[in-house]
Amino acid sequence: MVVGNEAVPTTERLHSVAHTRPSRLRIILIGNRFQPGLIRLFAIYAILVVSAFLFLVPFYWMVNTALKPANQVFTLPPTWIPKPVMWSNFLTAFTIQYETDPPVYNYALNTAIVTVNGVVSTLFTSALVAYAFARLEFPGKNVIFLGILSTLMIPFAVVMVPQFIIWQRLNWLDTLWPLMIPHWFGSAWNIFLLRQFFMTIPREYDEAAILDGASRWHIFIRIILPLSKPALAAVAVFAFVFFWNDFLGPLIILSTPENFTLTMFLANFNVAYRGTPWHLFMAAALIIILPCLILFFFSQNAFLKGITVTDLKG
Amino acid sequence: MVAYAFILPWVVGFILFVGGPIVASFVLSFFRWKMIAPPRFYGLTHYINMFTTDELFRTSIWVTFKFVLISVPIGQVLSLGLALLLNQRIRLLGFWRSAFYLPAVVSGVAGSVIWVWMYHVELGIVNNGLALVGLEGRNWLYDRELVLGSLIVKSLWNIGIPMVIYLAALQGMPQQLYEAADIDGSGEVSKFLAITLPMLSPAIFFNVVMGIIASVQTFAEPYVMTKGGPDNATLFLGLHLYNNAFHYLKMGYASAMAWIMFLLIFGLTVFQFGLAGRWVYYEGGAR
Repeated sequence: MVVGNEAVPTTERLHSVAHTRPSRLRIILIGNRFQPGLIRLFAIYAILVVSAFLFLVPFYWMVNTALKPANQVFTLPPTWIPKPVMWSNFLTAFTIQYETDPPVYNYALNTAIVTVNGVVSTLFTSALVAYAFARLEFPGKNVIFLGILSTLMIPFAVVMVPQFIIWQRLNWLDTLWPLMIPHWFGSAWNIFLLRQFFMTIPREYDEAAILDGASRWHIFIRIILPLSKPALAAVAVFAFVFFWNDFLGPLIILSTPENFTLTMFLANFNVAYRGTPWHLFMAAALIIILPCLILFFFSQNAFLKGITVTDLKG
Repeated sequence: MVAYAFILPWVVGFILFVGGPIVASFVLSFFRWKMIAPPRFYGLTHYINMFTTDELFRTSIWVTFKFVLISVPIGQVLSLGLALLLNQRIRLLGFWRSAFYLPAVVSGVAGSVIWVWMYHVELGIVNNGLALVGLEGRNWLYDRELVLGSLIVKSLWNIGIPMVIYLAALQGMPQQLYEAADIDGSGEVSKFLAITLPMLSPAIFFNVVMGIIASVQTFAEPYVMTKGGPDNATLFLGLHLYNNAFHYLKMGYASAMAWIMFLLIFGLTVFQFGLAGRWVYYEGGAR
């Protein structure tokens, strides 16, 4: 009996717990730690929709204007959907010549040359240097590596004037060389990223290759580079975006329109053509950002990895 | 020896395009040189002039400072907020993430051009959008009270990279901590303050430092959108420096200014590192 008496309060306690347990309705609305409630979900999606709207409005406004016939650009209130849709604006923007300036595809060619040079050379050289810091031992290694990292804090403005003077002395101002040559020597940021990645490749691969009599160069080309494709892709896409979008570099070097890059053309468009043909202007802007947008959509993983390849704790 | 062969390209590039120019720039900052006549030793005069006779320099420092102090913290709060949202178990994660990240691949120039058109006083979508809800538009880029704010808003459009860094840090967080907190019955807010923020602090630190380094050097936006105006209200340090070097060919003076820019970046970064010891938490002890 004594045992039974003791059991009674226990079930009572269980009952009282059951009473305080949240009702099904409450779980559906507020949620618990296993499932978000409706109110919470509604709030999350509401904020997401509003924020995404705000982030995408500039793109909408650009595309909307780029597709308008000329006479609709200046109507008030603005036409929110272009009618008819003028796809031909893109062709016009790409081939039109403003006064004596060259057509847009000419600038595109210059940008392409600078970008390809930048991506290929910074990729190869940065990987080479990164390999030494990831795998080889040599006196002064840590000091030099810290030196490389500390150049990240140097603003371009500090080296800009002396670099300009070098190119002026060499008589290479207003050519594409000053926008290409400095990148043949690797970039601090990419060296750092690739070193971080190379360090995650097991050393056993190297050691096995050394036993087989492979040289360091051979190991770098045949083992490290093929194993680093994701990291190299990440560096490549970021380098592409950087070189494609670079502005201050070309601005100080180039002076005749034939040599301008796309960003310089866009910046000057705004200055030179007040009373601007905005529909063509926006069509040109869209053409100019398109390669980076396409690259982003096709290599999102490389972009996201590239940002996070360096473990911030390391 | 092989190792030195591997790093040789960087060493050569460093001497020619970084180290050499750094020394040259420092020396040049003590000379007066307008590229035509030979350089003349000027002592500390450039550095003194900056803070005494060149009022535009003081303006540019103030503009840059205001921009950094407002846009970096707001940018961090917004990018962290978006990352927290994306870290909820939501549908279409890829779509939302792309929408927020996309502006980060648009160049400073193209982005600026788009925003000039957005801010256009009669034809822009900002004022026309305000008109739809019955609000009066403003002259966003030609009103000296508003223009810096307009550039800050534009800068907040580009928070994709810090957002993705926060998102990756959130996704890498050990779930046991939250489970332990759940067992203790902690609420959302206390979990955020006691677990999420400390675990995110290295990412916050990284993003703040990178944000400062980039925004002190802001150039394309004021160059394209305002040319520093109206009334020098957006005369950023980078723009003032560019004007002195390449419009007035004051190479010595521009070099001196570049060193002030470096000191500004260096000072703010060191300040952050100094503070870091107090609030940045590294798993497995201090580093």
